[in-house]
Order: sequence, then structure tokens, then C-alpha cells
Amino acid sequence: MAGALLEVDGLTKRFGGFMALNRVTIHVNPGERFGLIGPNGSGKTTLINCVSGSLPADGGRIVFEGHDITSMPAHRRTRLGIVRSFQIPKPFRSMTVLENLGIPLENAAHGRAAEGAGAMEILGTIGLASKAHLRPAGLTQIEMRKLELARAMAARPKLLISDEAMAGLSSAEVDDILTILFRLSAQGITIIMIEHIMRAVMRFSERIVVLDAGERIAEGTPDEIGRNPAVEKAYLGE
Amino acid sequence: MRHTAGTLLVGLAVVAAGIAVAMLRVNPYLYFAGYVILQYVVIATAWNILGGYGGYVNFGTPAFFALGAYTAVVLIQWIRAPLPVLLLAGGLVSALLGLGIGYLTLRLRGVFFSIATLALSIVLQTMIMNWDYVGGSRGLSVLRPSGPPFGNYVVFLFTVMVALAVGAVTVARFIERSWIGRGLSALRDNEEAAECMGVPTLRLKLFATTVSGFLLGVAGAPFPYYVTFVEPNSAFAIDYAVNALAMPMIGGTTSWIGPVIGAVLLGSAQQLATVTISSEMNLFIVGVVLVAFVVLAPEGILGLVRRLRGR
Ligand SMILES: Nc1ncnc2c1ncn2[C@@H]1O[C@H](COP(=O)(O)OP(=O)(O)OP(=O)(O)O)[C@@H](O)[C@H]1O
Ligand SMILES: [Mg+2]
Repeated sequence: MAGALLEVDGLTKRFGGFMALNRVTIHVNPGERFGLIGPNGSGKTTLINCVSGSLPADGGRIVFEGHDITSMPAHRRTRLGIVRSFQIPKPFRSMTVLENLGIPLENAAHGRAAEGAGAMEILGTIGLASKAHLRPAGLTQIEMRKLELARAMAARPKLLISDEAMAGLSSAEVDDILTILFRLSAQGITIIMIEHIMRAVMRFSERIVVLDAGERIAEGTPDEIGRNPAVEKAYLGE
Repeated sequence: MRHTAGTLLVGLAVVAAGIAVAMLRVNPYLYFAGYVILQYVVIATAWNILGGYGGYVNFGTPAFFALGAYTAVVLIQWIRAPLPVLLLAGGLVSALLGLGIGYLTLRLRGVFFSIATLALSIVLQTMIMNWDYVGGSRGLSVLRPSGPPFGNYVVFLFTVMVALAVGAVTVARFIERSWIGRGLSALRDNEEAAECMGVPTLRLKLFATTVSGFLLGVAGAPFPYYVTFVEPNSAFAIDYAVNALAMPMIGGTTSWIGPVIGAVLLGSAQQLATVTISSEMNLFIVGVVLVAFVVLAPEGILGLVRRLRGR
């Protein structure tokens, strides 16, 4: 598959003797809306940690826009355009919401900042404008998740990886976030969505890969994945 | 630009005021005490660049201070190098040590980093105690150069320390207001998130440890001429480790002015206690004040002021 934006080839990650990822291969195309699903503990976040550079891989190769980034430090991957949000929000607690967005704008979005929205605009899109001058401690859990997404958007991603941005959100809020992600996708940003809310991933993704116990067990369109017996077994158990 | 010019002007004004005070020839003890307080302004400011901005708590301040002092001792013994050379060399050698502990942050975070810096101080002190050229554990007398400006070497050193304090504070203020300071705050809040938001965390940490080390070394370089008798126990005194941390915490660690306030208040209190009660009271005072602040005002005096202003 020449011309993939992100190629993960044979990625392996161990924690001690535990195999968290076992030779996982995933290709994501430019502009694609890509879903990554799997039961709890199947290795989704670990995969994202390896792709974003938070964790070193133990084997395999990661290629972004043709560059081998397997051993590149995380901040340089971000500057190349791979930006992730955290499943457990990790805000900069001493800063206001607005200042939180200032960090990626200043450090990652160099050169791309001019084309994109400013911090206030991003907060407006995501519905946090009225909280711009609060510290994260004054936010609700849901607002904290929105801040995660807003901060990632401020880094002007080419590839946005959203790790369970919707967990705990109401159905209307899920729709809000989906609308935002669809809009980003329409702007040409490639998106990997990790999500347990099936309704959302199925609606959003053009293609889905399923992980189970660190192995890739299925790939296909939402329809194909919905009908796949192996996927059903992974989710429902034996 | 106007901001930079303003800062420069204020800095120069403070140095000029220092020289004016030197020419006043008040009670010599005041210069003696003033030197120590200003030295703590430099130390607290230097410590805060790493500990306050970056969140890496250095317990090894004595190592950096003493390394600056002993670099000066070596250069005095060897070639009787002039004071500006001592300052620069003391700073550079400590900066190198700073760069070294910067690489430690790759593996050691939080309390483990702090313990490593404490160990470093002990190791270095042991090495100096066994090095006869600089006096070993017995110590060594240093002869001050003759014919100092203002006719008195301590008065002269006082003005030098005024200039060093202004320099250190200017550097800290510049860092705080630049992308480097904002990046350091980000990594203090969450290092993984900072790195993932494009902050070059390793480079910033190395920068902070190196600059902090440099300033601590510079603060120690005039020490041999100040005390005229250098021995490991005074150069590596625990006071430096405790004060370097306590002064910024009491003043407030998030802004350059915090360590200055802390150093002036606590430094003055200690000098006062030394003359009125006893020098042993120093650390006791620091301990009590620090505990009170940690419990009642964890963000220091700056935090109190901010709370009173209601923001
Ligand atoms: N830093 C770590 N050290 C040790 N084990 C880890 C570490 N990170 C993850 N694991 C383990 O690796 C496995 C995969 O975890 P991961 O967080 O990637 O799962 P996930 O698919 O994201 O799950 P969830 O849907 O619950 O978020 C789990 O068994 C987890 O306990
Ligand atoms: Mg996860």
C-alpha cells in the first residue's frame, strides 16, 4: 500500500514478560477516518503510545509520510504532525485553559499556525470558550476531555489520534464531538479514533482495525466488522 | 524591545545603588551581611530556574556552590587568576556538572532525582576532602588581592554580588517570559503531555540544569575571598541546600520575584538571628518558617498576595 500516511509494521511491545503488542501491522491512508477498537486491555493505548513516541517500541517499524520515525523523540513526531489526546486527561494544571493551548501552538504548530485557527477559535469550536481563563481544576470531567481534544487540535495535526475522547459523555455530547471530528476530517486531517462507544466508531470510521490481546484480529469496513464472528467472540468472550 | 530596555535600566539602577551604598561606608558588618543575603538571592534564583520553573527539586545546591568556590581556589593557588576569571571559570565548571545532572533526568524523576543530587553533593565533598592541593579536610587560607576598589575587599565583593544578583534575576526573568519558561512549566505540570505537545523536554531540562548550575557556581566563586579560609564543611554547608529550596518556596516559585523576596526576608532574618541569638538558630528559623508556609501558604508570599487581590 504505497502512499500510506502512517505505516505501522510488525510493531511489538513487551512489559516485562507480558506481550502487550505482538507484531501489529496497520496502515492508515491520507485523509482517512480510521477506527481502532478492541476490548479493555487489548493494547490500543499502548499502540498509540508507541506511535506518538511516549513509549519505545521493542520491535517493528513506524513510518510517517515516508520517514522512519521508529526512534524519533515524541516532540519531533508531534512537530511532523502526529498528535494524540490522552485517554486519562493530562492537562497542564498550573495554566489556564487558553494557556494550555498556547503550549502546542508555540511548540508544535510552527509554520502551520498561520493557516489554522487560533486558540480562542479552537475553544469556540469545541465549546470551551467561556472557560478559557479557568484552570483545569475548575473543569468538569467532560470539559477536561474536551480540553484534551482542543489542545491536540492546537498542535495543527496532520494525523489526529483521539484516545477515547467520548468516554462518559452524554449522547448529545458524543454527537457534538463527532461533528467536530467530521469537520476536522473534512479539512483534510487524518483521524484515528479509539472508542468503546460502538455507535460512534461505526458511524465515523471508513475502516476499522480490531485488536485483541495485543494481536490484530480483524480489519474492514464498519459493516464487515459488525458481521465478523471473531470480533464478536473477542468482545463477548468464548 | 521597550521592555528589555526597561529591565536593563532597572538592573543598572540597582547596581548603581549598590555602588552608592559601598561608597557610603556604613558599618562594615552591613556589607558583610549584605553580601550573604545577595549571595542567597543568586542561589535561590538559580535553584528556582530548575526547581520552580521545571519542577526538578535539587538537593545538591552545596555541590554546585562549592564547585564554584573550589574552582576559584584552584585558580588562585595556581595562577592567582583575577576575580572575573574566577567567576567565569567557577560558573562554567558548575554548568558542566549541571549538564551532567540534566542527563540524569532521563532516568530519574521526582524524589529519585532529588536523592541523586543529594548523593552527588556528598560524593563531591568526600573527593574535595581528600584533595590536598585545595587544602583537603583541614582547609586552606586564601590571601585577598591588595588595593581593592572602595579600599576594602568585603565592600568590593558586596558590589560584585549586587551585580551578580541583578544578572541572575535578569536571566531568570528572561527565561520565565520566553517559550523556554512556558515549556518548563508545561513539563513540570506533565512531562509526557508536554513532550507530546511538541515541547523538547530533554533540551529544556538540560538548559535549565546548565544555567542553574552556572549561576550557583558563579555565586560560589567569590566565596574564598569572602571567607579567606576555605574548608569543605563551610563550602558544602547544608544551609545552602536548605535555603536554596526554602527561599523560593517561601517567596513563591512561579515568578522570578519569589526567590528574591524569599532570599531577602529569610536571609535578613538569619543574619539578624546570627548577631542577636546564635548562628545555630539559622536553620531552625528556616525550618519553622518553611513548615508554616508549606501548610498555610503552599504558593508562598506571591500566592498570598494573589489570593488577597482575589484572583
Ligand atoms: N506502562 C505499562 N506497564 C505495564 N503494563 C502495561 C503498561 N501499559 C499498559 N500495560 C498493559 O498492557 C495491556 C494493554 O493496555 P492498553 O492500555 O494498551 O489497553 P487498551 O486497549 O488501551 O485498553 P482500554 O480500552 O481499557 O483503554 C494491559 O494489560 C495493560 O495492563
Ligand atoms: Mg486505552
